[in-house]
Amino acid sequence: MSGELVVLWTDALIFLLLVVAVGFGVYAAGRPHLRGPWGAVVRSRVGMGTLVVLAFYVAVGLLDSIHFQPGDGNGGPAGAEVVSLFDTLVGGLRARQEKSYSAPLATRLYTKENIELPDGRTVRDYPRLRYGGAHLQDPESERLPDLLRLSAVGIVKGLVVSLVVANVLIMLLAGRNRSDYGSQARQLLRGRTGIPWRVALGMTTLMLVLVFWSAELAAKYHLLGTDKVGEDVFYQALKSIRTGLVIGTLTTLVMLPAAILLGIMAGYFRGWVDDLIQYTYTTLNSIPGVLLIAAAILMLQIYMSNHADEFNSLVERADLRLLFLCIILGVTSWTGLCRLLRGEALKLREVDYVQAATALGVGHMTIITRHILPNVLHIVLISVVLDFSGLVLAEAVLSYVNIGVDPTMNSWGNMINSARLEMAREPIVWWSLAAAMIFMFVLVLAANLLSDVVQDAFNPRLRNRR
Amino acid sequence: MNGRPLLRVEGLRTWLGDHARPVRAVDGLDLEIHRGETLALLGESGCGKSMTALSIMRLLPPSGRIVAGHVFLGETALLDLPESAMRNERGGRMGMIFQEPMTSLNAVLTVGEQIAEAVRLHDPDSRDRVEERVVELLTAVGIPDPRRRLREFPHQLSGGMKQRVMIAIALAGRPELLIADEPTTALDVTIQAQVLALLKDLQQRTGMAVLLITHDLGVVSEVADRLAVMYAGQIIEVAATRGFFRQPRHPYSRKLFESMPGRNRRGRALAVIEGSVPDLASEFRGCRFLERCDRAMPVCAEEEPPWCDTGVDSGMRCHLCGREQTEAEVAGGQAAQVEEVEEPSRPLLEVQDLQVHFPIRKGVLKRVVGQVKAVDGVTLEIHQGRTLALVGESGCGKTTVGKGILQLIRPTGGAVRFGGDDLTRLDRRALRPRRTDMQIIFQDPVSSMNPRMLVGDIVAEGMRALGVVGDAREGRLRVAELLRQVGLSEEAASRYPHEFSGGQRQRICVARALAVNPRFIVCDEPTSALDVSVQAQILNLLKALQQDLGLSYLFITHDISVVDYLAHEVAVMYLGRIVEQGRVEEVLATPAHPYTRALLSAVPQVDPERRRQVIRLEGDMPSPADPPAGCFFHPRCPEATDQCRRAYPDEVSLSDSWRVSCFRVAAGTSARPGAGDGATG
Repeated sequence: MSGELVVLWTDALIFLLLVVAVGFGVYAAGRPHLRGPWGAVVRSRVGMGTLVVLAFYVAVGLLDSIHFQPGDGNGGPAGAEVVSLFDTLVGGLRARQEKSYSAPLATRLYTKENIELPDGRTVRDYPRLRYGGAHLQDPESERLPDLLRLSAVGIVKGLVVSLVVANVLIMLLAGRNRSDYGSQARQLLRGRTGIPWRVALGMTTLMLVLVFWSAELAAKYHLLGTDKVGEDVFYQALKSIRTGLVIGTLTTLVMLPAAILLGIMAGYFRGWVDDLIQYTYTTLNSIPGVLLIAAAILMLQIYMSNHADEFNSLVERADLRLLFLCIILGVTSWTGLCRLLRGEALKLREVDYVQAATALGVGHMTIITRHILPNVLHIVLISVVLDFSGLVLAEAVLSYVNIGVDPTMNSWGNMINSARLEMAREPIVWWSLAAAMIFMFVLVLAANLLSDVVQDAFNPRLRNRR
Repeated sequence: MNGRPLLRVEGLRTWLGDHARPVRAVDGLDLEIHRGETLALLGESGCGKSMTALSIMRLLPPSGRIVAGHVFLGETALLDLPESAMRNERGGRMGMIFQEPMTSLNAVLTVGEQIAEAVRLHDPDSRDRVEERVVELLTAVGIPDPRRRLREFPHQLSGGMKQRVMIAIALAGRPELLIADEPTTALDVTIQAQVLALLKDLQQRTGMAVLLITHDLGVVSEVADRLAVMYAGQIIEVAATRGFFRQPRHPYSRKLFESMPGRNRRGRALAVIEGSVPDLASEFRGCRFLERCDRAMPVCAEEEPPWCDTGVDSGMRCHLCGREQTEAEVAGGQAAQVEEVEEPSRPLLEVQDLQVHFPIRKGVLKRVVGQVKAVDGVTLEIHQGRTLALVGESGCGKTTVGKGILQLIRPTGGAVRFGGDDLTRLDRRALRPRRTDMQIIFQDPVSSMNPRMLVGDIVAEGMRALGVVGDAREGRLRVAELLRQVGLSEEAASRYPHEFSGGQRQRICVARALAVNPRFIVCDEPTSALDVSVQAQILNLLKALQQDLGLSYLFITHDISVVDYLAHEVAVMYLGRIVEQGRVEEVLATPAHPYTRALLSAVPQVDPERRRQVIRLEGDMPSPADPPAGCFFHPRCPEATDQCRRAYPDEVSLSDSWRVSCFRVAAGTSARPGAGDGATG
């Protein structure tokens, strides 16, 4: 795994975001008004379950965000190809390319071909796959028992690992609560803990079993089949996680400063500042978003084809396009939050403590940063979490109409786009679409459930209703 | 009282919140109301008054539940009724009116439809003549021109009118019992007087019983026959109103009385009930009032005091029962004489013809089509170490005057002279150094502090911004000193505002204002959001600070008793202008302006002996966007003449400090009826 580290733009931003998130966590831990709502999120069962699911997604996304150029193995110069840490971990999946379509867990291609037999005759039949189930002598009879055996091994492995995780957790909890292992375990299994650890453990076990089960099967078969050029669909779907997460989070990062600053300024200063900002976002809002995105992406494409030599690799080029997509999505989507914040700032500037600060001679900037910003942060947080799933879906839609991410980049949108033709052929190829749907569905569902919990916890109007 | 009671509540317990640590909002409450009687349920906020009413109506919030007790209305056990039968009782035999008339009516239905709905549901006899019945009800609650009004929407009615409509709806089912939950708290005194008179009048005509929930001793004294004092989920004293006001028995009731500000306590510090109402989520072993009681005995901590009857239908829950009469009142060191400060010659602050107008904009181009004249020519002066009270009903522009003086709202015209400078001419930068001299304290202690900041930072904010102190250590010491000065411990600095009670929060606000060493403080209704017992603490504090530091206050309030207790001068405002101002002794004792007289007469009197004729003002204050021609008060004035309709009266001096704007006074023709009949406040 030697090689030269390559830091792509989006990688850098993702890790910046991670640092900011961790920093915010440390900051929030010392402040009860921030810690309280997060505590409520963690204490809700839905919140804990979705957090576990999201953690698995984020883990894949982060592993996929550490890129490097592998050497040729002899300390020679690095090649032009850029791979991620995740690629090397699941290296097999990437390398085992078939000729064309094959169904999930199949041993033969999905299309008939002329096969040359050893005796020189040719027959037209479904040829055996080069990798999928290649270890079987007689696939027709051996496949099912082999699948069952691999599944069993995978599930057992998953359970063993979860058991280890559960024990570590119980020991940590027992250590922190100064109780002994047995009573802590009993408490946890009965669901008597303040934080619903039982739900968290259950969800982790489910996810771990799924991971190990798919790892076992994917090592010998194509778990979700292969696409037109024989690439493993399971691998594509996994790679798409990073794209989805990047779009969902970086877009927010891009739009936040503008939305917060302009929104608060408009509401706080009023007058001509307010007019100017309002007209700006009203104008921006009246341009159809899709057209703006299409125009920007097409311009970028032309620039890239004219300056092809500036990009070292395909990956870098695709990455820049992804970043650009984030920026342009951010530009078209900041207005909603800005409008919300303007309304809130309008309200807050008349609140007594802001008036008192004015009477004490506190300056505008201090009032904004000390009195207004901390009191609108919950709105920012709620809207960020709510926007996330919408942006993941937006990526799919944009890629479907070819103005999304680079066609060479793995993304659920691109998978769905390619499924357009596959659905039209006979017999239909359904697995690309299904894989993209399942992965996206789980992520978006988890994000939506989490955003509900976050909203309940942070919205001061809802807080007292429980 | 004889016969069977109409409403009988026995051992009612209502709990709120989660099962592990329930809030015992009502904890063993017994109550009886007879036909034709008004029972007042009196108590501070958070003592369970409203929860009692909601339990009787079975309208508890989702987290609330009745865990024990019985409620009988006549012979019906209300708590055993199925919900469908209960719906007939609600609005039928029992009507309820709520505190906030603004939100109790549906904004998209006409008033007539909303009353008709209740009539159709609960008055089967009137079903074929609904409209007549609605008109009848509107007439009964004293709404003029009912046939026109019933086609109007709630937003076309004023606050007092809306509360009348709410009463009409409650009356639609010809109730035997009317529960009124703080029916006048959201209304101005003149409107409150109208509504209370109406309630009393209706009761006499229909013979219904009224359960009146209130925190205002004055209201109780005006309308109630009997009263029950509630504290921490229990009733601690029941008495006939007359007897109670002559001689309250329970230590809490006594303290409540002594902490009321007023003329007779002027110059003395008010009695204070230390601390605040205990947390109802905790379990009680002894007496609930123990920690705040100055007559606590060892037995009080050991066992809960039993109920004991002290008269025919009076009683209390106290171990002192039976042996309290002979003991002298414990006055303690509280009654220390507070000296009056002599009036110096030069005024500290001069406000000349202050105007604050807000433009009304309409249309696409936002052209100015009119002005809301919130403050329209106010002239005041405040001397060193004196308190000027600014009184008036809500919407008359009192708060705007305060903010205009501090330049929090930039005045449209006039001058504010402070220490030789005209503040209205200074820009933001030039104003900053002068901010140390003037501060403000707000009405709502909850919203006046940033919930995201530590108390220490809140207090230090002004010192930092204006550079009053040098380094951080010095700042911390100063904060600790300030907190001690307002009666809090130093540890408060490292806590958040939500950890404090309302009174403590208001103390923090005072500390914040004091931090920059001001000479003048605008107090914008600093006690109106607080309970009586806590109000006394803050008033005492303000008074002590004035004495120690020589502060001047502009005290904005609608509470005449506070003015009477605290202020040196008083200015009465109506619709953006001052109609009368002078020394407290002059204005409150012998009010000259008809509005002042009406305002003073409408204030509910605690002492039933000193009841007087209420001058009923019709209608509400007009909109400041469209004030009436001539004298602003003439449409409501009982003494208005043709002259009043034509021009606004000039100011007349009655003495060197006393000025009135009224033609009747100027002509010397005003009968000044207020002077004679004991209007001493």
